[in-house]
Amino acid sequence: MSEILLISILSGAILSGTPLLYATLSEMIGERAGIVNLGLEGIMLVGAVAGFVTTVKTGNHALGVVAAALAGALFNMIFAFLVLSRKANQLASGLALMFCGVGLSALLGAPFIGSRIEGLGTIRIPLLSDTRFLGRAFFHYDILVYLTIPTAVVVWWFLFKTRWGLSLRAIGENPTAAYAAGRNPHLLQYQVLFIAGLLGGIAGAHLSLALAHTWAEWMTAGRGFFAVALVIFAKWHPLRAIAGALLFGGAISLQLQMQAQGVPVSSFLLDMLPYVLSLVVLMIWSGARRSAVPGSLGRVFQGTE
Amino acid sequence: MESAKIENERKGKNMKNKARLILRALAVLTGAAFVLGAGFPAVAQGQEKLKVGIIHIGSVHDAGYNQAHSEGVQAMKKNLPNVEVIQVENVPEGADAERVMENMIKQGAKLIIPASFGYLDPALKVAKKYPEVKFVHPGGYKLAPNLGTYWASTPEAFYLAGIAAGKTTKTNKAGYVVALPISFFLANVNAFHLGARSVNPKFETRVVFMGTFLDAPKEAIAAGALLDMGVDVLGVIVDSPITVVQAAEKRGAYSVGYHYLGAQKFAPKGWISGIAFTWGELYTRFAKSVMDGTWKSEGLFGNLTSDYLTIAPFGPAVPADAVKLVNDTKKEFIAAKKNVFQGPLKDNKGVERVKAGEAFPLQAIGKMDWLVEGVIGQPK
Repeated sequence: MSEILLISILSGAILSGTPLLYATLSEMIGERAGIVNLGLEGIMLVGAVAGFVTTVKTGNHALGVVAAALAGALFNMIFAFLVLSRKANQLASGLALMFCGVGLSALLGAPFIGSRIEGLGTIRIPLLSDTRFLGRAFFHYDILVYLTIPTAVVVWWFLFKTRWGLSLRAIGENPTAAYAAGRNPHLLQYQVLFIAGLLGGIAGAHLSLALAHTWAEWMTAGRGFFAVALVIFAKWHPLRAIAGALLFGGAISLQLQMQAQGVPVSSFLLDMLPYVLSLVVLMIWSGARRSAVPGSLGRVFQGTE
Repeated sequence: MESAKIENERKGKNMKNKARLILRALAVLTGAAFVLGAGFPAVAQGQEKLKVGIIHIGSVHDAGYNQAHSEGVQAMKKNLPNVEVIQVENVPEGADAERVMENMIKQGAKLIIPASFGYLDPALKVAKKYPEVKFVHPGGYKLAPNLGTYWASTPEAFYLAGIAAGKTTKTNKAGYVVALPISFFLANVNAFHLGARSVNPKFETRVVFMGTFLDAPKEAIAAGALLDMGVDVLGVIVDSPITVVQAAEKRGAYSVGYHYLGAQKFAPKGWISGIAFTWGELYTRFAKSVMDGTWKSEGLFGNLTSDYLTIAPFGPAVPADAVKLVNDTKKEFIAAKKNVFQGPLKDNKGVERVKAGEAFPLQAIGKMDWLVEGVIGQPK
């Protein structure tokens, strides 16, 4: 394999893996606190449209990213209210949130389809960006790409090295016990879902501001559900999620580059590659180490009365 | 996972339908208000009015397929002040399309333009139910007594764009981002490549299929993959060219658009040309013929002489001799002195497809399931 080809596949993997990683981290911290959120797709869409519209209106990409994150977080508060305060079923509420996000983003984005933005700028790192292989494969990206690994590490640190993370994981395993130990499950879960919304919104912003440079209806095209599968792939661990997102991003990038190379395989088969990969992974891994699943995942904490 | 996704999408559509229902109700109300308020003076003047309904599969601001149709009806409205337009975007193909069309007819539409290939069957059903209403459908292959069809043969235009690209490129490599490997798209890519090869024997074209008409982030990755391979011309056959054309511009490459003239604004420097549909005059003729009762069901299949198939203005990067060559070749096509698919032609697996001295007829491109020699990609 030539060097250029390798660089191309790597950078494609990193670019398509970036929104996946933010989305996976978003889903993961929620699930660590016992909440499955199938509305991630909707959060990403709301983030993508908020980021795009803000960037069109202000011309400021940083403001666009901030708006995307906040919009995602606020939108996720609807879900939080449903599953925490109203004790609604998580799966149904999540799907409802997704449909709501699809419709809302389409409505808000419609007047802005076809608007021009510059797109998130590439940030060059002195010395590193100029090196022959490393520079071109790893150091010619936008800010959101550079922030992926630090974000994953910070999420890991919060989950496993802080008291807050410990409480959160305790709630995910057994909210009643955590409550008895003096924690407030609902307060913590609200906090977690707010942060999850921020991350989901950023994932959407990367799609519209950095990759596509445009807004299109349902532009997430299932990436939110992919992230739900990636959480299982990563066994609920933020650092493994980096590998997972890269692998799945790599599958997308590889199949496109294989087509560009004229590899004699049908494009329909190549298009299945990431999905086949997720099936294989689930088949191999789902039997082993069940303990990775948070104990109270998907259950509604009813309080203690 | 995948089946769950499909299920979710279906549910999503239902949800959207409800929103659309409300919108439609609003449209009916505004329509009624319009008739009550503004309708009377027109009747008093004794002028004939015509309501035209058009439904789109996507957004009318996509700088692509839908916007071309939408601007067509806007131009028609400008030409014919007595025409009113009812326009609905994002209508799914199937039963929804039927309902929207019937709703338009109930509002008084006498000419319906179901502007997507997949609206053919719903349109045929509604046409049968309302024989007094006329339908014109783009790119279809069926006719009914009150349903006509129209489209234009595009390979000649792609050949011309290929000439411009072949003269402009510096790396002799082009990449095409294409929705699906269907015959009409394969024919367009083949024609583009043959046009480029006719002026640049070293030219090669790489094709990447998306598997969908709209996944902008994936199109961005595909464009990046092609540009990494040294391609300096990007062409695009998906609903909206915005992402691909911008990706080319950003990396200093050239681009070739499709469907809509205005796509040039996304790549002012690298724009080579584009193959565009300008439906305004044709729609005006449709509306006029419905108004004066001369409309008849027919299959229109235009070509370079038609006023609805246009080669978009050339960008600043295209050399002057290329523009002249394009115009000369266009004349040859119009005079029927030249064929796009002139044999001998081999496909990219080495199989002979068109014998020397013969030409692949443009009427048969629906059967073209191969990519011509020099195109890198899988046609199936």
